[in-house]
Amino acid sequence: MSVRKLILLVSLVLATFPMSAQEAHVGSLTGHAAEGKKLYRRFCVGCHGQLGDGNGENAPWIDPRPRDFTAATFKCRSTPTGTLPTDQDLYNSISRGFYNSNMPHWDALTDQNRIDLVAYIKTFSARWKTEKSGDPITIPPEPPVTAQSITHGGELFQKMECWKCHGQQGRGDGPSAPTLTDSKDQPIRPYNFAAGGDDSRFKCGVTNQDLYRIFMTGVDGTPMPSFADVIQPNDAWDLVHFLRTLQTNRHSRENDIVHKKAAESNSGSGN
Amino acid sequence: MCVVERQRSRSQRWLNRPAGFVFFICLFLIAANQPSSAIPAFARKYGLPCSACHIGWPILNVFGQQFKDNGFQLGNDRDSPIYQDPGYWPITFRVTPNWHVESQTKVGIDTLGTNIPATEQTVTTTGFDLSGLDIWTAGTLYKNISFSVLPSMGEGDPFHFENAWVRFDNLFKTPWMNLKFGKFEMDFLLSEKRFLTLSNVGGSWYNYHFLPPGDSNGFEGIGDNQLGVELAGHSKNSYARYSIALLSSVDGNPGFVSGFQPGTARTYDVFANVNEGFQVKGLGVQRVGALGYWGQSPTYFLTSGGTPVEAQGNKSFYRVGAYGWWFFKDLDVETLYMHGQDNVFLGNGIPANDPGSLPPGAAGPSWNGGFVEAHYTVNPQLIFTGRYELVHMSRQADPANPLNLGNVDSFTIGYRWYPIMFSRGGLAFHNEYAQAKTGRSSIITGSDQTSRSVMIGFDFDY
Repeated sequence: MSVRKLILLVSLVLATFPMSAQEAHVGSLTGHAAEGKKLYRRFCVGCHGQLGDGNGENAPWIDPRPRDFTAATFKCRSTPTGTLPTDQDLYNSISRGFYNSNMPHWDALTDQNRIDLVAYIKTFSARWKTEKSGDPITIPPEPPVTAQSITHGGELFQKMECWKCHGQQGRGDGPSAPTLTDSKDQPIRPYNFAAGGDDSRFKCGVTNQDLYRIFMTGVDGTPMPSFADVIQPNDAWDLVHFLRTLQTNRHSRENDIVHKKAAESNSGSGN
Repeated sequence: MCVVERQRSRSQRWLNRPAGFVFFICLFLIAANQPSSAIPAFARKYGLPCSACHIGWPILNVFGQQFKDNGFQLGNDRDSPIYQDPGYWPITFRVTPNWHVESQTKVGIDTLGTNIPATEQTVTTTGFDLSGLDIWTAGTLYKNISFSVLPSMGEGDPFHFENAWVRFDNLFKTPWMNLKFGKFEMDFLLSEKRFLTLSNVGGSWYNYHFLPPGDSNGFEGIGDNQLGVELAGHSKNSYARYSIALLSSVDGNPGFVSGFQPGTARTYDVFANVNEGFQVKGLGVQRVGALGYWGQSPTYFLTSGGTPVEAQGNKSFYRVGAYGWWFFKDLDVETLYMHGQDNVFLGNGIPANDPGSLPPGAAGPSWNGGFVEAHYTVNPQLIFTGRYELVHMSRQADPANPLNLGNVDSFTIGYRWYPIMFSRGGLAFHNEYAQAKTGRSSIITGSDQTSRSVMIGFDFDY
């Protein structure tokens, strides 16, 4: 057997092993599924189930239902809709937890524990063996918040019919809201921007960049689509600035501008 | 002791049989393959497996410690009772039926018909028994206001509150400011309220309760819950923590009970703890910390018609220590060093207003101690434990006493198997052997005494 054939044979053999699905990488960390399996059994199995299908012992009492890892459909990604998330995305999700769900933040676990869990979660679906993670979307630098950007964002909110689900005041009470279901046919509520205060969080983060990423990648498995093909980056930032004003109980640059503008308007009408 | 040896030899013979050995192995393999899930109250509330918060119930892991420090809140919008089913009732019952053997060597035996010990012999008792019943309710009254109430009672024991407190969490929107008020466990990582052993000999850490022979200190130890107010704080992930508590000098007894005399307490103690955690790649979160307890205890009482009405002659004592909790993946090792000292009057059991009764050369007794306790977690449903602990006197209150009088050397081994772990109930099979030797404590010959416990029980809650 020639050296070339030997290399080819070894490559084929290696290719049959799901090596990439057994490991995960974030920075200098390497996660191992074998270690992650033990951690999964300790921390995750009650909700996500032994098979990772979201049918753990406590799943029937949990709303929203736990994620089904066998479908490999993930809400929080930095990658385009329909693609697999990066290891960093899954690591961030575990660390951060999910707003308005039973999924807590696991930042008390060591960095190694969390990346081991990522490696194990990736063993539940064959997609990880046949597909690569998507490439993270590019987020351009955020332009300054201005009254104009907020106004334009409001116009986009109307034009793209965000209000149909989220409501005109962003309270998650739009006309379509009662009919929404997720990919498992479970009822799902649109995000209520008006709830909460300074500690408000989104499903996939807290910053303006996170908000930008959410509607440019979509929230897979839910009715929230990706708007990457619909709006340009600058328009997207304007929409971010407007959405922040829907968080009426949260201190922000956006709300400061809105309040200032309202005060000027009132004093002008008073004169 | 005879019963213990007989039981051992039976077990040995049983294990030596191939069929018995195979059955034993199968039992553990079954244990290793059971799905792990939740135990009451919080597990029901959050839908998390009990193993999410406990290395082996009731020992907290890093996630459970963070949850506790944050006022029984996960911060995932499922914390407040207002989000719960109105039928949800955050309550847990715990009881432990068991069979145990207690044995002690060199017990002074009275001459028939008298109360005067004349001979020493080993005394062994055995039988089925029942622990007290804990009825524990805890949770959040409102966002950032947590509570715990734990009434406890046992056969022949009076009903009492093991703990009862309310805590104002995350004051000024920082996890570094939390205020607790009531009766509560001392806040440090190696809490006796959260360890695995249950037997009479192994069911406490001697360092936490140690008093030299003849000492009249009414303080029974930092292993006990105390009454007072506590300021505590922690980093977001609870790796760094501190607490400082102002406590009534009543050893946790309501009604101003001090030194076992009702209505007589009148002073305060202070407890402080600080600890830090750090990650070691691939091993886990390592913890180091230090603690101290500074208090006073009365040496005599003003009486009225023979009834004590006010404590007098308060004298000081302190306990200080350092500890580490080391993780090597599935093996964790707790280590503690502790030093204690009591005032000379407490140490000799002499009222402070009668210094002439102190023996010549009397001094405040002091001692050093520590333990090494290891847990090996085979899986969340099977955990083995072993402990070696000692307390050795460094100075006797009465110099006429031998230096090793009262020394304690002990070890404990055991395991807990949780065959059932569901969110609405849990059952642990508990098996433990413990032995402790106390220096020169036999009352006739003044030689060492050895106590032993064997315990087999079912620890369940729901």
